[in-house]
Formats: sequence, C-alpha cells, structure tokens
Amino acid sequence: MTLTYDGTYEGLLSAIFETYRLKIKPTNILPEDEWQNSFFEQPTFVATNAQWSKRVTEGIRKKCSQKTVSLLHQCFLSEQKDISMLIFDFIKKAMASPINISDNYGDDTVLKLQQIKKKIGREVHRMHAFVRFQRTKDDIYYAVIEPDFNVIPLLSTHFEKRYPAQQWLIYDSKRRFGIFYNLKKTEYISFEDDSRLRFRQLNKNILDESEADYQILWKSYFDSVNIPERKNTKLHLQHVPKRYWKYLSEKRQQF
Amino acid sequence: MNERVKEKLEILSDAAKYDVSCSSSGSKRKNTKDGLGNSNGVGICHSYTEDGRCVSLLKILLTNHCIFDCAYCVSRRSNDVKRAAFTVKEVVDLTINFYRRNYIEGLFLSSGIFKDPDYTMERLVRIAKELRTIHKFNGYIHLKAIPGASDELIHQAGLYADRLSVNLEIPSEMSLKKVAPEKNYKDVYKPMNYLTETIQGFKEEKKIIRSTPQFAPGGQSTQVVIGATPENDLQVLNLANDLYQNQKLKRVYYSGYVPISEDTRMPAIKQPPVIRENRLYQADWLMRFYGFHVNEIVDDKHPELDLELDPKSSYALRNPHLFPIDINIATYEMILRVPGIGVRSAKKIVAARRHGKLRTEHLKKIGVVLKRAKFFITCADKDFKFLGKNPMLIRQSFVRPTHQKIAFNQLSLF
Repeated sequence: MTLTYDGTYEGLLSAIFETYRLKIKPTNILPEDEWQNSFFEQPTFVATNAQWSKRVTEGIRKKCSQKTVSLLHQCFLSEQKDISMLIFDFIKKAMASPINISDNYGDDTVLKLQQIKKKIGREVHRMHAFVRFQRTKDDIYYAVIEPDFNVIPLLSTHFEKRYPAQQWLIYDSKRRFGIFYNLKKTEYISFEDDSRLRFRQLNKNILDESEADYQILWKSYFDSVNIPERKNTKLHLQHVPKRYWKYLSEKRQQF
Repeated sequence: MNERVKEKLEILSDAAKYDVSCSSSGSKRKNTKDGLGNSNGVGICHSYTEDGRCVSLLKILLTNHCIFDCAYCVSRRSNDVKRAAFTVKEVVDLTINFYRRNYIEGLFLSSGIFKDPDYTMERLVRIAKELRTIHKFNGYIHLKAIPGASDELIHQAGLYADRLSVNLEIPSEMSLKKVAPEKNYKDVYKPMNYLTETIQGFKEEKKIIRSTPQFAPGGQSTQVVIGATPENDLQVLNLANDLYQNQKLKRVYYSGYVPISEDTRMPAIKQPPVIRENRLYQADWLMRFYGFHVNEIVDDKHPELDLELDPKSSYALRNPHLFPIDINIATYEMILRVPGIGVRSAKKIVAARRHGKLRTEHLKKIGVVLKRAKFFITCADKDFKFLGKNPMLIRQSFVRPTHQKIAFNQLSLF
C-alpha cells in the first residue's frame, strides 16, 4: 500500500502516524506530486494533521532525543528520492527498540540518515561561507543561492545572530523562495517574477554606489593573498567545487 | 573609487600572506542586539586561494615599513619593495564593509615595525578598540603582539582581540640570530609569557566573578618557518610540545619557507618544503587530538619524520608488538592509534559497538580507511590477521601506489 502526503514535513509525520493508527505496513510513502500513475495501485492520500505530527515528534523525542528530532527534520530537507521511506523505517525501528538507536552506526538506516545529515551539514556550512551579499540602494543586503539541498530553513539562525542590525535577504533561485530579515524577525518570501534575480551583479540602478568598489577591492585582496609558488589546483577545487564559483565575486573574471 | 586604497590593499595583503595562521575558531564572543558579527564557536573559510589555503580573515599589515632586517621576511629594511601604510580609518572601513557582505570572519592585523615597537602596537590596539567600541564589531580579531612592546599595550590588545600571536619564526635561537641579527628569543618570549599568565589569570578570575571581561578568548598562537634553517623535526616538534605544555598555546603554525628572498643569509631552494610541512601538521594533530606524546612520534633514533609515510603509520610500524587490537574491546585511546582511523571514526566505533559486535563491513561504512587499518585490527568476523607479516612489507604497500604522485603537492590536512 502506498501513502502520499502534501510534501511538507508535517505531512510526512502525519502519514507515518496514520500507519500506526491503521496498523498498516506501507510499501511506499512519498509526496503527492512525486506519485506516478499506475494501473495497479491507487495511493491513499493522508492530509496533514498538526496534532498527529506533533505526537510523532514527541514520541521521537522521548524514545531518542531532541538531537534525533532535528536529525530527521534536516534529513527531510535533503529532498532525496527515498527519504520519506528512510525516515519511516527509522521511526519504526526507534519505536520498537528499548534504547536510543540514533548512534547505532552498525545499522543501515541509521548510518544512511547520519550520512545524509553530514551532507546537509556540509551544504549549510558552505552557504554560511559562500553567501555573498550585495548592498542595494534601500540598504538591503541581498544574496542569491542555488543550494543542492533545501537548506534555506536552516540558514536563518546563523545570519540573524551575525547581522541583527542590517536588513538582509537570501533567495533560493532554484526553489523560488527566500528569507528576508527586517531588523525584527526573519520571514519567508517569494516573488511572482524572479527573472531579475541573478548571481551576477545586480542592475547598477538598484545597487548602492559603493557596492562595485567593495567587490573590486575584495577581488584584488583575493588575488594578492595567493602564493603562486604554492599553486595547487587540485586542493583548491576540493575546497571550492566549480558549481559554487557562481556565488563568488572574487572568482569572476570580469567586472 | 579610491585607487590608492586598492593599491595599499594589494601591497599590504601581499606582504601579510606569508603568515599562515588563518583560523577564526575557538573564540567565545557573542553578538549583541545591535552589533555586527559573531565569533562564537566554529570558524568559517569564506574562500580559498589557488594554492588551496583558506581565506577566512582580512589578513593585512598596517604597514610594511620596517626598521628590522630579518632575512626571511619580504618587508625587511634592505629589500627593495613598494612601501605603504594604512590609516586607522581605512582598516576599520574595509573590515566593516567586507564583513557586512559576508566576505570574511574578521580581521588579522599585523605590522612591520616603524619607529619603535610601542608606537606600532599602539596603532594596532587603536584599530581593534575602534572596531569593538564605536562599531560594536563582534567578529573575530587576531592581533600581532609586537616583541618589545610594553605589557600595558599588550594587555589592552588582549581586551579587544580574540586571539594574539607572537611569531618565533625560526625554531632555534642560534639560527634566529644568524638570519635576524636584531632579534632574540628573550624579546619574543616576553610578551608570550605575559599573555600566558594573563589569559590564565582571567580564566581563574572568571570562575569566581562571572562579569570578568574576556581576555583573548581565542588564546594565543605562533608560527615557525620550516626549511630556512637546519633544525630537524625532533627539534621543531619538541619546541612545539614545549609551547603547548608550558605556554598553553592554542596553535603552532608551521610555514614551509617560500624562497622569496635573495638574501645570502637564506638557503637557495627551488620549492617550498610542502610535504615536510604537511607531516609536521600531522604530527601536531597527533599531539593535540590523538593523545600522542612527542617522544612517540620522533626521538633521537628517528629525528626526522618519514616523508613517504604519515607519522601515525610510522609509529604503528615501529611498534608492531602493540597490534593487532580488537576493535570490539580495545579502549578509545588505543583505537585512536590505529592508522586509518580518525577521531570521528573512533568515536563512532565506541558508540556503535554498544549495540552489537562490529564487523568489517560496518567499519567500512563508518568511514575507516581499511586499506591501512586492516593490518592493525581484528573485529567480529576476524577475517584478517596480517600483522604476522614483516612491517617493512606493510610499509611498502602503503608507500608504493602514491609515491610519485605526491612529490611536490601540498596534501590536504583532513
């Protein structure tokens, strides 16, 4: 039997709750829009139920720990194809076990989740590092990203702590939403038309007058700290894979 | 745009780049509600240069005018280079604006010595003070403590900076005197000792009075240049060990000498000794995170680190009587000593074996490098017990495959 949900994390937890409520063994759980029509089977859609998802979360917290709660949420953001089933498998095992299983690296499900979490953590860390803000005329510091995983929800705390006294906006151009901090709190935003949002320099009319200067200064700093005698392209690429170069104004050839 | 600032930035960052320290971690400075920046916890590398080094701080000299003539330094008096000096305002402005755009974690400020040490130190402190008090900057600040500066100025520097460093540069006093006639160890150790005591003092006080201000919460570090003078690894590592034990340093940086100088006091080498540098860092890691004593890594019989083999593998092959160990019962400390098992894998092994006996396939998935580890361990399936073999043969199997490839490349630390 296949269950589908609305694609949100709460939705997934509701679907998992449903398997316990109905005492069923699902063959697959997946977001509704990933379902591909089949002659043989009609999936059952489970509506998101805030209370159910909360109860599942509480259950995990009690059986394992708060750390495990956020482990599962982070893994969910990886958007991997089989992530829903993996989380379901984990919860099933965790509930059946008398002790916390989240550090049992000998178990396949646990290990897979821990590895996904590591990947997400790495991507989050890269975003902390590679986000480059451009200052606009109306004093908003603005950045566009295109992360491998859906990490925007995991970014706000870091940047709130760092820049509590400046307005900033980070936009995911792949998933078409972003976060905007307005000096008080961070809110999710999306634009009807985001065709003008690009990595490269924004239009001069929108940018603060000094912005171009600081980008040039940064680029010339970056070029002069290099030690040519020690050039090591392999190591360089290992640290900054090419797909991240588009974020970095210092890697741009022309201004 | 101000072309002059750009030129200064080029000259003064070029002159600062041979100082390899770039860490922005280990401090405990939380941001305030209306402040700028946060240096609480992990460091972030915002970019990497083409030589593969991390760019985390705006690393510049305040000036490259210098009254000293140290042979290993580009800014030495007798060297014919363009000279420049930043104003306090320029440094503050660059730091703030780079930080706001998320280019950097903070500022690393060093300087050539102009007029006298106190005059120089006073300006470094003034920049840090302005950033902290006027601009409420809570990002990372690393300042150089200038040898010969007064205790009072060093003290003030500690109140504003996250980390301070005094560079030894040359790993023995005898060699130092040859290449830097105006310098001696006494002048370098004086501010270092002052910092060690004061940092310790503030820590003790903080235990009793919670409102004690922070004093260099990121501790202090130093740098030694490798390959410019004849010291061997035994001397270098013993020096480092002494600095960790007695001076309580957070980091010792090893900088492979880059042949920048045509000064006759320096050796003529073609390539910086990057492999030796890498081995020294590996040995340093063994001392700090793996519980190794310096004597276990190098001793009178083996005064140099093996360039072809990492220091942990060399250690294991010199001590075949300690292995193999049983992964399912050995202590954490002993697991850490197995080549191919790092800190993370060791922790995972200790956590996972509580749930059941570990087998080879588990180790593989956990991330153990079995290619090396297999000679030194047994686990639940007891598949292998290779160590009856001759350590020389194992050595060959470690060295052969990559031998030629690594010849002139810097290796990644991790």
